[in-house]
Amino acid sequence: MPDVIEAPGLGWAPFASGLRLPRLDASAVLRKLGQRALPWLVPVGLIALWQVAASLGWLSTRVLPAPSDVVKAAWTLAESGELWVHVKVSAGRALSGLAIGGGLGLALGLLTGSVKFFETLLDSTLQMVRNIPALALIPLVILWFGIDETAKLFLIAVSVFFPIYLNTFHGIRNVDPGLIEMGSSYGLTRWQLYREVILPGALSSILVGLRFSLGLMWVILVVAETISAQAGIGYLTMNAREFLQTDIVLVGILLHALLGKLADMFAKGLERYWLRWHPGYQSASTA
Amino acid sequence: MHAMRARETHLTLETTTAQPRGVRLEIRGLSKHYGKRRVLQHTELRIEPGGFIAIVGRSGCGKSTLLRLVAGLEPATQGVIELDAQEVKGLRGDIRVMFQDSRLLPWRRVIDNVALGLPKGDQPAAADVLAQVGLADRLNDWPARLSGGQRQRVSLARALVHNPRLLLLDEPLGALDALTRIEMHQLIEGLWQRNGFTALLVTHDVQEAVALADRVILIEDGRIALDERIPLARPRQRSDPLFGVIEKRILDRVLQQPAEETPAREPAWLATPAHGLRWAV
Repeated sequence: MPDVIEAPGLGWAPFASGLRLPRLDASAVLRKLGQRALPWLVPVGLIALWQVAASLGWLSTRVLPAPSDVVKAAWTLAESGELWVHVKVSAGRALSGLAIGGGLGLALGLLTGSVKFFETLLDSTLQMVRNIPALALIPLVILWFGIDETAKLFLIAVSVFFPIYLNTFHGIRNVDPGLIEMGSSYGLTRWQLYREVILPGALSSILVGLRFSLGLMWVILVVAETISAQAGIGYLTMNAREFLQTDIVLVGILLHALLGKLADMFAKGLERYWLRWHPGYQSASTA
Repeated sequence: MHAMRARETHLTLETTTAQPRGVRLEIRGLSKHYGKRRVLQHTELRIEPGGFIAIVGRSGCGKSTLLRLVAGLEPATQGVIELDAQEVKGLRGDIRVMFQDSRLLPWRRVIDNVALGLPKGDQPAAADVLAQVGLADRLNDWPARLSGGQRQRVSLARALVHNPRLLLLDEPLGALDALTRIEMHQLIEGLWQRNGFTALLVTHDVQEAVALADRVILIEDGRIALDERIPLARPRQRSDPLFGVIEKRILDRVLQQPAEETPAREPAWLATPAHGLRWAV
């Protein structure tokens, strides 16, 4: 269907060749809207169904409160400032754990990937430790660190360490040796070679490790906060469970989901910026 | 492509009369073994400054190995390689290699790839060389967006931006289509004439060797089996009957020697070739 429609002209009059009007193609506009809206159809539909069921009394509020109640509870918490305190504490724990575990994983990955001696020395030990599930360590962690912040940070750091370590190691090892040969034959010093060829080449693997770690981070946080806490989203949820405040429990769960989504979006944004040279990340329109 | 062709005519008219800046290359008694496998045996070669030498031969004959030894990418088992009477030990700043795959850093834009290894302030020099290879408008593109031929041109620009005195080309046009290859021949010839470096081209394509080189060398079983001067005038015309004669002569010589891998048992009808046919494989 053409983008313009030709209106008939009037011979001698101005616009003699005929008007050219943009076609307001209603069906095309609707089709486009439909495409954008389709992914939201199922979740919105479910929420609508849920609201109706709760309002009509089919669902007991103790089992599953109405979405309107959840929103109300969230609003109350936000107004009183309590919500932000909990979110800040939880996020702080998670990010500190990520900084410690992730930082260590990155450093060791770079070391064992680049220097053969350290690979031989450290890698097999780390692979053995990797196979111990962090959550199975909880009783030991409580014995060592008590039920304080340190215990939670330790659990998160240990879980976050391994994906980043493995992917950094793998990324450095898999840099194209042809590029390294080219770089050294073009007069790059060892340090320049590392910075210009090896690190950028390993970056896509490192970012994959980061995304894995970010996902793990929230999961471990939830468990860690059940050990014992005085503040945080897990504390909020557990407390509400004690008092049968199901709506606040749901607020907690939704907060976890939302923060997890935000973290993933952040990692994706990093990827899109740092890997914008990659043909897989380029759309046809961008340069 | 039009702009590039116009530039090429301009370049080929401008034959250099200045003193050649290329190195004098001398190879004496060069041998290279990989364990028990002898790739090169007592190779001797002399190349005058500013010369263009092509090395041809079958796959696995040792031509790429010879290039890599001259480049300093690998150590020789025996023998001496001298550039201007100085022994080559390892990598050198006045030698540049152009590889078969363009080996561009995909995370750097084209201009930054060409400027690789240059001191920071030298982006204009990189842009200038990119213009010489006809890619001035693709400065800021990512390498992934270029075609194979364009990537090889960037790779050529990157090699030339350092003003090398010896340019080593390791089958650089093998992965390109026939038309792009012909254009690249003109480009390389023009840049060589303009800059005056010594060039050493390794290729399996005899026509390419005759089109570009002053001398063609054939390596067979790790030794130099043929060293022939090409008396044709530049720019080389493929339509010239003498071109065809020389090419046929060298190609016949290359194909004369049967390949190393012969089948264990030949069927009877293969063993006695009909009408003087020789099997090239």
